[in-house]
Amino acid sequence: MHKDLLRLARSERTVRPHLAACLAAAVAAGVLVLVQAELLAGVLSGRFAVAVLLPLALVVAARGLLGWGRGVFAGRTATALKSALRRRLLSRFQEPDTAGSQRSGELVTLAGRGLDALDAYLTGYLPAVAVAGVIPIAVVVRLFVADLETAVIVLLTLPLIPIFGALVGWTTRAVTQQQWEALTRLGGHFLDVVRGLPTLRAFGRARHQASVIQQVAAAHRTATMRTLRVAFLSSLVLELVASLSLALVAVPVGLRLLSGSLDLHTALLVLLLAPEAYIPLRAMGTTFHAAMEGVAAADQAFSLITPTIARDHAQVREQPADLPKPARNHAQIRIQAPGLRISGRDHAPPEIRFEGVTVRYPGREENALDAVTLRISPGERVAIVGPSGAGKSTLLHALLGFVTPSEGRVLIDGADLSGLDRDEWRRRLAFVPQRPHLFAATVAANISLGSDASPDEVRTAAAAAQAAEFVEALPYGYETELGERGANLSAGQRQRVALARAFCRPSAEVLLLDEPTARLDGRSEAAVVEATRRLSEGRTSIIVAHRPAMIELADRVVRLHDHAQRGAA
Amino acid sequence: MTGMATESGTPLRLLAPGMPRRLILATLAGAAADLAGIALIAAAAWMITRAAEQPPLAALSVAIVAVRAFATTRGIFRYGERLSGHDVALRAQAGTRERLYQALVPTGPLPRRGADLLSRMVDDTDAVQDLLVRCLLPALAALLAGTAAVVLTAFILPFAALLLALGLLVAGVALPAGTAAAARRWSARIAPARAELAARVADLVHGAADLAAYGARDQALSAGMDADARLAKLERGQSRVNAAALGLGVLVQGLTVVAVVLAARSADLDGVATAVLALTSLVSFEPVLPLGAAGERFAGVLAALRRLREIGATPPAVAEPGDPLTLPETPPTVEIEDLVVRHGDREPALNGVSMRLAPGDRVAIVGPSGAGKSTLLAALMRTVDFESGNIRIDGVDIRRYASDDVRARITGLTQDPYVFQATLRDNLRLAGPESSDEDLAHAVRQARLDGWTDRTGWDTTLGEDGRTVSGGQLQRLALARALLFDPQVLLLDEPAEAVDEETADALLADLLDATRGRTTVLVTHRLRGLEQVDEIIVLEGGRVVQRGPHDALVATPGYYRDLWESEVLTRR
Repeated sequence: MHKDLLRLARSERTVRPHLAACLAAAVAAGVLVLVQAELLAGVLSGRFAVAVLLPLALVVAARGLLGWGRGVFAGRTATALKSALRRRLLSRFQEPDTAGSQRSGELVTLAGRGLDALDAYLTGYLPAVAVAGVIPIAVVVRLFVADLETAVIVLLTLPLIPIFGALVGWTTRAVTQQQWEALTRLGGHFLDVVRGLPTLRAFGRARHQASVIQQVAAAHRTATMRTLRVAFLSSLVLELVASLSLALVAVPVGLRLLSGSLDLHTALLVLLLAPEAYIPLRAMGTTFHAAMEGVAAADQAFSLITPTIARDHAQVREQPADLPKPARNHAQIRIQAPGLRISGRDHAPPEIRFEGVTVRYPGREENALDAVTLRISPGERVAIVGPSGAGKSTLLHALLGFVTPSEGRVLIDGADLSGLDRDEWRRRLAFVPQRPHLFAATVAANISLGSDASPDEVRTAAAAAQAAEFVEALPYGYETELGERGANLSAGQRQRVALARAFCRPSAEVLLLDEPTARLDGRSEAAVVEATRRLSEGRTSIIVAHRPAMIELADRVVRLHDHAQRGAA
Repeated sequence: MTGMATESGTPLRLLAPGMPRRLILATLAGAAADLAGIALIAAAAWMITRAAEQPPLAALSVAIVAVRAFATTRGIFRYGERLSGHDVALRAQAGTRERLYQALVPTGPLPRRGADLLSRMVDDTDAVQDLLVRCLLPALAALLAGTAAVVLTAFILPFAALLLALGLLVAGVALPAGTAAAARRWSARIAPARAELAARVADLVHGAADLAAYGARDQALSAGMDADARLAKLERGQSRVNAAALGLGVLVQGLTVVAVVLAARSADLDGVATAVLALTSLVSFEPVLPLGAAGERFAGVLAALRRLREIGATPPAVAEPGDPLTLPETPPTVEIEDLVVRHGDREPALNGVSMRLAPGDRVAIVGPSGAGKSTLLAALMRTVDFESGNIRIDGVDIRRYASDDVRARITGLTQDPYVFQATLRDNLRLAGPESSDEDLAHAVRQARLDGWTDRTGWDTTLGEDGRTVSGGQLQRLALARALLFDPQVLLLDEPAEAVDEETADALLADLLDATRGRTTVLVTHRLRGLEQVDEIIVLEGGRVVQRGPHDALVATPGYYRDLWESEVLTRR
């Protein structure tokens, strides 16, 4: 049983009633099996009239109905719980993961297909557990009333199933755990080879690898079968206990019938009821393995979710898109350069100061940014240069509030950034990251990201970013749907769409650009530099740059040194 | 070509020779287990009802033995079935994977963002396992057991056997067919919803920085949850269908038993026969009822097999000659003449490119991204076919040689090199299986990778997708491979990509040293040191726009001079 998952299921209002209905239907169907056995035994022994077949048919119909209900509510439980988990998972990255942890790929897989592994747990295992908790007891109670001797046999053999199950599981755990790693490695080999096929082809190893695949597959099979031989033992034991117990019940019953000490009705009832005591336990066992994958998925999900709860506000705030511009509430704003104010803005470009700012990402030995002190005047254009790994991007991330300095502070017009409302501060920024993400949406939606710009404003922004020409050449112009990560655009075009995004924020006073011309050819570069020049007018601009044309744009060049002496590349 | 034809003629056969025998064994074990279960109840029912008539004990002894025997053997047969079934399934899966791989070898480069596609494809080979273990074996075993139950019933009361057969057919054939059809219909609707959710999720996670900076996060999150809600609605619909199948199965089982009892009563059968009939009918549904779920899985399995078959039928990237010539051992002269290469029905990636590579010549290819540089290398490596023009090796049409043979002579560092989940040594060795440790060390030094190998050691396993390898290290590892392989014509596709500038300059300088006197085609963005190569070709939009030595190109206005000036400016 997964504690976190069950707690979530209980606390979510969208899940709880469905789960309860599903479990109730499963248990009720189990109880009806007992009623069915009662009626059938009565008819077969001749105690009840043939007319009893009608209520029997009704019981059967009710079981069918309950089975249907169980499935429907199980489906509702599963989808509702997956949605709840998905919402929590996606809220997890409230702030971008600038440390570049590898968990983002994990999150994408998990929040996508990964959670489907929960289906088997929720729709199969949980109801089976509920039935196993109720029905065997009900059967034993009924048997006690009908025939004490049988009841005792069932009562004594019933615990053997969990006991043997645990015993076999306990002795095989060491074996399987040991083999699990090898199995995973062997199983992953094929994917590895297929992914590397172009490389193999280039070195003439592609054909040779076919025989390796065969060998590895054979090794995989041998190892798997070794594991399975042991793993299936537990189900063998379950099956043996169940069927031998039935024999153990049936033979003495037959002998007692012979001596006349038992009537036929009771005997038939016992024969029909006794297997029903074992079936729920076996059903639980068979759904167990599939359910364990769900448990693994749930573990993974909760390990991703939990840090947020500890960290900061994880709840999702619904934000209307047409939020009114925030009222001015910065008492400490000093308007230093009135000439720089642009209509439609709430603030003039601020003065930005870094005071001994050090950033260290968790789990890293070196500082990503090491005691940087820097003052940027309002309206100034600053180019940040330096070798890779010197912390150029981290400097921008600190300013964006993506990372919090471990030492020192960032001051905005004299106010500590950590004390400012982060969302409000970011509304004053326009940021173009090194590799801007283009969303699987229309070009227009990509440009107007986070704003409610009109189509005209989008077009103006695109033109200013030198993007209008190629966007209009796309099959549906601004309404063209971009593929995953903007797959149908070239690197330079993607960069210019991201610049258009910045242009689409006329209220922004501070422009943050992270190597906007990396990987561009000469002509694209010239276009982007020109766009950047226009965009930076009247704004404070901090540009991480490495190409001369971009550096020339700046009023001042700040060189960051590689304090940490990290290796190249 | 002939070899190709037979391979694609039987794309991805399911069962290797020798498999049917194992499959039959597994099926028999499963049927025996099912039958033992039915026989156990039937024998117990007979024994009890007969005992109630109080015959001499001897009359029951056979039944008592039978009850005990069936009780013991059922579990053992089941164990045997599960083991042999999984063995068959794993063999089938291994065979499918190997044939899939064989089918992939001659196909061209896979789509750029093909990583997910590949995982999906590998998952599809699991479908074969499911087909056998979860669909075929249980269905066959249920068929045998069901038939046996019907035959047994027929001896007692033919009409009851008819009723039972009818019930079993509905539960074992009609219901699974229904769930399979429903699953097919629903998955056609669910797949796009799932893809949309995946796209939204990927946007949320990978675009987190952009969303946060632009305050668009909540909007994107609610778009993601909307996609989730749409998917959930469809999934609920699907679960309703499956639930209905589940309920119907129970209903059919119960009603069949009722009908059989009714038939037995109206035929005036005695208590013993009626009990045996009723209980046999009841229990004979046990192997049949799980087939509803199997039908659902079956639809997915069929779709997976269809996808695999399509891959098997993919035409090879280049047409192989029926009677390939043998390539000369001596370093060749390669001539490219008016080469036109087109990917699909787009604009030509290369549009009339000509060049000549004499032994020892070094040519650099320069141009913006998308100019056709990598396509030119792919054409030389015969991983892509050309539409018109020609490539000649020592005057002979390159298409007269087997592509494998061409790649043994003309190859090197390709786009998107891959790091295998293996040791550093094995990752290098694939380019030189016979190389000594000294050869490896030499190649590593030339690629300036020795600092890294000293730190991490030769026997460190490199991670999945190069997780423990940085972009620069990956590039240099690929370069080391190319140098180790030492082809007659060395191709280098942006060897200094993803390496910081200082290292890139040093790396290129070393490279130009190492390739002196060696036929080399170098695709590069960095121009420093290119005065050493014999010819520089500037590509733009698939055409040669400039060509000549470094000094001449720097003297003429154009792309090359712009790039050179920008590079000189950055050098401080």
